[in-house]
Amino acid sequence: MESVFSVEKLTTPIDQREDIIKVKGLNKWYGDHHVLKDVDLHVKQGEVIVILGPSGSGKSTFIRTINALEEFQKGSIIVDNIALTDDLKNIEEIRKETGMVFQSFNLFPHMTILKNIALAPIWVRKWKKKKAEQISMELLERVGIPEQANKYPGQLSGGQQQRVAIARALAMQPKIMLFDEPTSALDPEMVKEVLDVMKKLAESGMTMLVVTHEMGFARQVADRIILFDKGEIVEMGMPEEIFDNPQHERTKLFLSQIL
Amino acid sequence: MDNVQLNNSEKMAESTSLSRLVKVQLWLKVNLFKDWKNAILTIIAAMFTVFIIVRVSNFIAESDWSVVSANLRLLMVGQFPVEEIWRLWIAVILISVLFGASWGLWRGVIGHVAITLSAIMLIFAAVPYTESITKLYLGVSIVSIYLFYAFGRKLPVLKIPVLILWILIIPIAVGIINGFGIIEPVSTNVWGGFLLTLVLASVAIICSFPIGLLLAVGRRSKLPVIKYTCIVYIELIRGMPLIMILFIGQLLLPMFIGGEIQIDNVLRAMIAFTLFSAAYLAENIRGGLQSIPRGQFEAGQALGLNHFKLMVFVILPQALKAVIPAMVGQFISIFKDTSLVAVIGLADFLGMAKKVAANPEYLGKYMELYVFIALMYFVFCYLMSHVSKALEKSLGAGNR
Amino acid sequence: MESKKAQATPLWRNKKVLPILIQILFVAIVGVAITIMVRNVQTGLEQIGLKIGLDFLNLKASFPIAESLISYTPEDPYSRAIIVGLLNTLKVSIFGIIIASVLGVIMGIARLSSNWLIRSLATVYVEVFRNTPLLVQIFIWNFAVFLPMPKIQDASSIGSFYFSNRGAAIPWFTFHENTFIWIGVIVILAAAAILLYKKLTSISIAKGKSTHPIMAVIVFLVISFILFYFLLGNGPFGISVPEFNGTAFVGGTSLSIGFLSMLVALSIYTSTFIAEIVRGGILGVPKGQTEAAKALGFKSPTALRLIIFPQAIRIIIPPLTSQYLNLIKNSSLAMAVAYQDIVGIGNTIINQTGHTFEIILIMISVYLLFSIGTSLFMNFFNKKFQLVER
Repeated sequence: MESVFSVEKLTTPIDQREDIIKVKGLNKWYGDHHVLKDVDLHVKQGEVIVILGPSGSGKSTFIRTINALEEFQKGSIIVDNIALTDDLKNIEEIRKETGMVFQSFNLFPHMTILKNIALAPIWVRKWKKKKAEQISMELLERVGIPEQANKYPGQLSGGQQQRVAIARALAMQPKIMLFDEPTSALDPEMVKEVLDVMKKLAESGMTMLVVTHEMGFARQVADRIILFDKGEIVEMGMPEEIFDNPQHERTKLFLSQIL
Repeated sequence: MDNVQLNNSEKMAESTSLSRLVKVQLWLKVNLFKDWKNAILTIIAAMFTVFIIVRVSNFIAESDWSVVSANLRLLMVGQFPVEEIWRLWIAVILISVLFGASWGLWRGVIGHVAITLSAIMLIFAAVPYTESITKLYLGVSIVSIYLFYAFGRKLPVLKIPVLILWILIIPIAVGIINGFGIIEPVSTNVWGGFLLTLVLASVAIICSFPIGLLLAVGRRSKLPVIKYTCIVYIELIRGMPLIMILFIGQLLLPMFIGGEIQIDNVLRAMIAFTLFSAAYLAENIRGGLQSIPRGQFEAGQALGLNHFKLMVFVILPQALKAVIPAMVGQFISIFKDTSLVAVIGLADFLGMAKKVAANPEYLGKYMELYVFIALMYFVFCYLMSHVSKALEKSLGAGNR
Repeated sequence: MESKKAQATPLWRNKKVLPILIQILFVAIVGVAITIMVRNVQTGLEQIGLKIGLDFLNLKASFPIAESLISYTPEDPYSRAIIVGLLNTLKVSIFGIIIASVLGVIMGIARLSSNWLIRSLATVYVEVFRNTPLLVQIFIWNFAVFLPMPKIQDASSIGSFYFSNRGAAIPWFTFHENTFIWIGVIVILAAAAILLYKKLTSISIAKGKSTHPIMAVIVFLVISFILFYFLLGNGPFGISVPEFNGTAFVGGTSLSIGFLSMLVALSIYTSTFIAEIVRGGILGVPKGQTEAAKALGFKSPTALRLIIFPQAIRIIIPPLTSQYLNLIKNSSLAMAVAYQDIVGIGNTIINQTGHTFEIILIMISVYLLFSIGTSLFMNFFNKKFQLVER
């Protein structure tokens, strides 16, 4: 039985691993509004990066450029050694290797949970239906809700839906997982179940970029924390450095508002 | 837990045991005689209602309905050759079988349709104006409905074959009428009456669906050439009265196609209705497409689905489900609109009535004739709108 | 591993180029289809010997038009005939819209009545007249109600309204010397009334006491009207009553059977849709609004006027516009009952001259103008009632 979580990272120390995402000089304008300003970032395989920042800082826009849901005018993005250009084939390849979890889950309401998860593997990875459904059931077990397989999204709670969304993204066996404020739309009592799944995922070695406001999660799980403000990276470092000893004024301001 | 529930329902039964008489009085007071203003309204309205009912009953009883009965065949199937009508009856029996079976298999609102159809057929069979062979065919159809209802209830395995038959029913019916190459086909020139109305409406709706779908998707396209072409087509067609489009079909279509190819009048009307219906359907479907949240598109894209797969698997199923009530409404409209071919001389249900009315023998009998026509249209349209409301309810309940 | 060199992406996979390629392909296909059709038409026209152009409009029409708002004889050119048709369409459409709206609002409110009998009667009305095709209704009114009326000599009457198998003769307004002055007076009075209403409302808001703006405006209008009536000597219009002179009715105005059938059928048919729209609009106002109004102490009629109605109007206006447009388009069925509207006259001209294209283009333009006109008019209304949103 193949494990759906990549195991490669556990052996080599972080700084000796490959760059799996290379962002250089990324700039995006929305009309006249300069949304992303000269963003540079290298993400190593297996790293868990948490992106913090005030609303409107561009952090969501940033991770959405990685899988081409947002366009950019200047700079370069290379994901898993594929350049993100105008080539539709490249975009398709990159999207196969990046999974995304949205704030509003975005499950397909007209399909059962199992079909939601198996849809892309069948039609994009071209797996046989049996294999796709088997892998989907395994993923449902990993996220803790195998009994919901034949229900419809409307019948599940928010926390359950988000866990299904994570399973759906993982079914494509991506190398990178992108999370866009995954728990912001959840009732407080359901946040923990989703964060637990994300923690397990991080421990198993998945490369993750997480935009969130959950500071506890950031402190526990992140290898690196990035602070976004007004479209640029203000500060970057290990959790202890950022939370206990922030350097920049804007970081201090943001932390004082949140904590 | 069961004990608790039992107790509750017993209590409920006790509290609703007001005497029937009291309940009726209560209803009358609340609904008809709430205050003195309402009481006056009720009395006036009641007098008016009685007046209308009396007038209508007198009309039905005292009128000479021979104009309808003598021309029933013409009105229902036009100039269709009498010897070949058995082909139509086979199609009717087949459809009765399907309705009966579907009712048994799926229950719900199909049952209302099946029962209404059997009631209509029963009325036609009971009335003394129909020939014996017609009564026989009608009898077989009615029996088939109920027979296959029983089959459907007992054998759920029939679901797939019945679905397949529904999809194939139109080609099969057309094939029977055209003879499948074994027997002589019946030319479309002689199709008329209610038969023609049904055929026109069905062809229009079925053929306009793919065109409307393409137009709706095209109208939302980001490619300006495609988008504006679709907008121009849709707004142009929607801005014109249907009668003009029928004229264009009759007069201009032959010019566009060129001299060598002949298209008969019925085909021209079908093309006109199809193009007309497609524009309205496009707007309905577009409404459905617009109601899909952007997140659905993004989730599909993030999973790697290309545009085509995204539409087919994620977007269109949701959009079409949302607009099914509107589409049934569209079918009802087209069904009523087919009556316009009477103005261009085609002999559909209304057109045939107009021709019958021209017969000097029936001078002054127009009311009976047109009331019959109106009644038939009304029954079918009301039935369809009833189905539409039921569909809306069941679909709405499914989406939480 | 080295990153893939930035290769030139093939055009058909290029995100920016692909849309352009698709559009070029689309234009090519459509272009080819149109070219074939145009060529066919040209050959066809050559064979008949017809040239496309609008000069034929100046030729003599040579056909009569039974009723017209402006003077017309068969000696007039086709262009005048078209205008007559246009005016006929407008005539039946405008009156149809007015009557349909009044009927529709009444029926819509009746559908919401707490009185079961009223509610049921309204429902029966809506269902019966909505599920019967319009053309069938037109035929019934024309052939089964108006045509069998008695001959003109024995016309039945209600007061000064006469009905016969040639149609109806009703009292009607006439213009006279003071009409123009009265029009000016009415415009000024209307403006003054609106200003007065606004002033009184803002005073009552500022002072917190009701100044009965509606009553005040009504009183003002009535007094002004009486004043001007005495000043000018007569009212804005005269009334002329039809009188039978042995062969026809003189005076008043005559309405043909065709016009009557169209008007009645169109009004009733469209009123059913308007009833549903009005009902939907009132039901569409969230229940919380009525509850809040009651909690604030509003009486029912005031709540209806100030809170429910404006919000219901917002919901009602877009579908109402469609229905008005539908009525105008449906008036084209007039040719089935010999009422000559623009489509009927257009058809006659096509039959006489063979200039199918030009006439159809003219008719398309006319109806497009109606569409745009009605939409603009309604947009103006819509803007007035828009919610200001974030």
